[in-house]
Amino acid sequence: MPGRILKMHNCQARLLADIPEMSFTEFRDMSINQIQKGARVVSFFGCLDENKSIRLMMILAYDKQGYLTAFSTIVKDAYDSLTLQIPQVNRFEREIFEQWGVCPKGHPWLKPIRPQQTLNNNLDNFPGKENIPLVSDFFKIKGEEIHEVAVGPVHAGIIEPGHFRFQCHGEEVFHLEISLGYQHRGIEKALINGPDKRTIHYMETAAGDTTIGHALAYCQAIEGLADCAVPLRASALRAVMLELERLANHTGDLGALANDVGYLPTAAYCGRLRGDFLNLTAFICGNRFGRNMLRPGGVRFDLTDSMINEAKQRLIKTFEDVSNAVSLLWDSSLVADRFDDTGSLSQKTALDLGLVGISARACGIEQDIRFDFPTGIFKFSQIPISTHSSGDVFARAFVRWLEIQRSVKFILDQLNKLPEGEIMAAVPLLKPKNIAVSLVEGWRGEICHVVITDINGNIRQYKIVDPSFHNWLGLAIALRGEEISDFPICNKSFSLSYCGHDL
Amino acid sequence: MIKTLYARLKQGYRTMPFPVKADALPNRFLGRPYLSANLSPADFQQCKQVCPTKAIAGSEANFSLDLGKCLFCGECQKISQNKAIVFSKEYRLARSERKSLVLSNQPDMAEQRIKKKINNIFGRSLKLRQVSAGGCNACELDINVLNTPGFDLARFGIQFVASPRHADGIVLTGPVTKNMQLALEKTYKAIPSPKLVIAVGACAISGGAYIDHPEANNGIDALIPVDLYIPGCPPHPLTILDGLLSLIKC
Ligand code: SF4
Repeated sequence: MPGRILKMHNCQARLLADIPEMSFTEFRDMSINQIQKGARVVSFFGCLDENKSIRLMMILAYDKQGYLTAFSTIVKDAYDSLTLQIPQVNRFEREIFEQWGVCPKGHPWLKPIRPQQTLNNNLDNFPGKENIPLVSDFFKIKGEEIHEVAVGPVHAGIIEPGHFRFQCHGEEVFHLEISLGYQHRGIEKALINGPDKRTIHYMETAAGDTTIGHALAYCQAIEGLADCAVPLRASALRAVMLELERLANHTGDLGALANDVGYLPTAAYCGRLRGDFLNLTAFICGNRFGRNMLRPGGVRFDLTDSMINEAKQRLIKTFEDVSNAVSLLWDSSLVADRFDDTGSLSQKTALDLGLVGISARACGIEQDIRFDFPTGIFKFSQIPISTHSSGDVFARAFVRWLEIQRSVKFILDQLNKLPEGEIMAAVPLLKPKNIAVSLVEGWRGEICHVVITDINGNIRQYKIVDPSFHNWLGLAIALRGEEISDFPICNKSFSLSYCGHDL
Repeated sequence: MIKTLYARLKQGYRTMPFPVKADALPNRFLGRPYLSANLSPADFQQCKQVCPTKAIAGSEANFSLDLGKCLFCGECQKISQNKAIVFSKEYRLARSERKSLVLSNQPDMAEQRIKKKINNIFGRSLKLRQVSAGGCNACELDINVLNTPGFDLARFGIQFVASPRHADGIVLTGPVTKNMQLALEKTYKAIPSPKLVIAVGACAISGGAYIDHPEANNGIDALIPVDLYIPGCPPHPLTILDGLLSLIKC
């Protein structure tokens, strides 16, 4: 069996026909076996074969070894759920159920994750098709002193919609169920038969706060499928943008965390400083979120020498202020009291749930795409992985601070030795009947785009996994046994995307 | 404590004046586009073809660009050799009428920005409720940023409130996904009349990149009457601020 493992690299195009196909029993054993050996599920989805049968595709990552693998099996309308053996596929199985009408039999909690039209046109009367998120059962705990708290989809702040259902005993949360899907816009379906002129805009708005992250994952996938070599200068500028996005969001989140525990100085300063990073992004490409910067083949905006100098100076100045604002946080006993031991997750739970990004690194898991699966300029300039082991709100905040420091250093390094040359290369046609898996370490964590091309080199299927898709369950589990009033800081410490999940 | 006070001194006073000077916006910022009156058919076709959202329509003699659909991607400006469309740094883009968002290359069209009648109802205080219905979080974040000390929205008497019952109006982002439509309608109903509706971003105005998706509406227009449109993808915070301020007495 091990001989059948197909090794793939990040963004490497592979013939679809080379992906091993096996019986379901083999598929299940292989999955369980590889997970036990330390592999991790980056994506698990259904796709339509040329002969119209439904193929389940499992994509695993071996972080320490730095390669990916894919294998598949053909299913009809049902198969035996893998969730009990591999908890990290639980949401993927629910997604397969609602997208293809293929039932994972024995799944412990089979309900739609984002009510949507199925991708399988043969299915008219699919169960969950017409469900809207709120109109479905929630997990309930019964008992005299149990009460239920429902929050959302419209929240008190300026924030995206989601519904949170708490089962509480007094102040204590026994269980939290998070119901999403309100933001579903049908992105994956609209990408089929592309790429076209709208494709990049879907990417840039899949999760607007991760414009660069998702656009980069897309560009790299396309470049892999087209065998296109991106000029080094473009590669470096892309990485600079990716890290600026991380800086803006991490700074904003640290401010918001301070705000949620009532420590206003840091909240106020970081709110403004986040804007300084966004303005620096706009200084480079005109848009605060990095819209219009990335395109397959390279980037659209170059930096002149004087712009490079100005960018460096602004970055240094902003970083100074951020250091000052954030250091207040670590000195405050009020903050320590609220951050420490709040919303803790053990490393084992994090591994079982397949958490990614900051949430995983805050549990001491060394996992970072920039380091484990480097692409572009990250192959030449490494950023060390930032971790902390306590798994609580403090750890998630502290990992952000570590990453801020390393990103600033990285950007300055890049700007100091920006390679000369072009910023855009022509992109040839995509190879037909190929598959590429593209991973990017967005600011929240691992972004995974899987692209499969058809016989003409158009997109036959596009699978997006935002880090939030893995991590929402982490938040729900972290809340168990906590006081309900700690929900805001726990939520903020994960800082997950609604639209990135709902697509 | 000493350190906190010292930090306060170091961080300084950072609230920006409003209206801002032109250099507050980055050089590469794309604001209001201007359309050339004089074009070859080829020029016009090129622009029309690159546009991802069909914002450009008409013919070369009489063509228009719909700010409500425009994603400000700049592709049209880039492709046109003869400056068919040129983006300026003018950030004040809000309009009260949907049709005023459609810019023309005909010079004599008088441009109406904001109807003033709303002023008198809410005077100098405006309480708003934000609802995101499929917004990608960019519009939401750039509305939220108005609450930071840099913009300090509260100094103008505008506040975002937690309950629709406390609000004078709704600020909507996103194309209004089908899954969120019911919640939006309920929120709208919960706001006491008279109430305002402000659509922020291309998605909320026209569907934006999601125009004609079966999973969403083409913005809020067909569902609820809108009082103010703030275009952009996402609009710059200053564009949003300017739009909101146009609704109250300053
Ligand atoms: S800038 Fe606006 S009008 Fe021009 S191509 Fe982009 S979306 Fe279309």
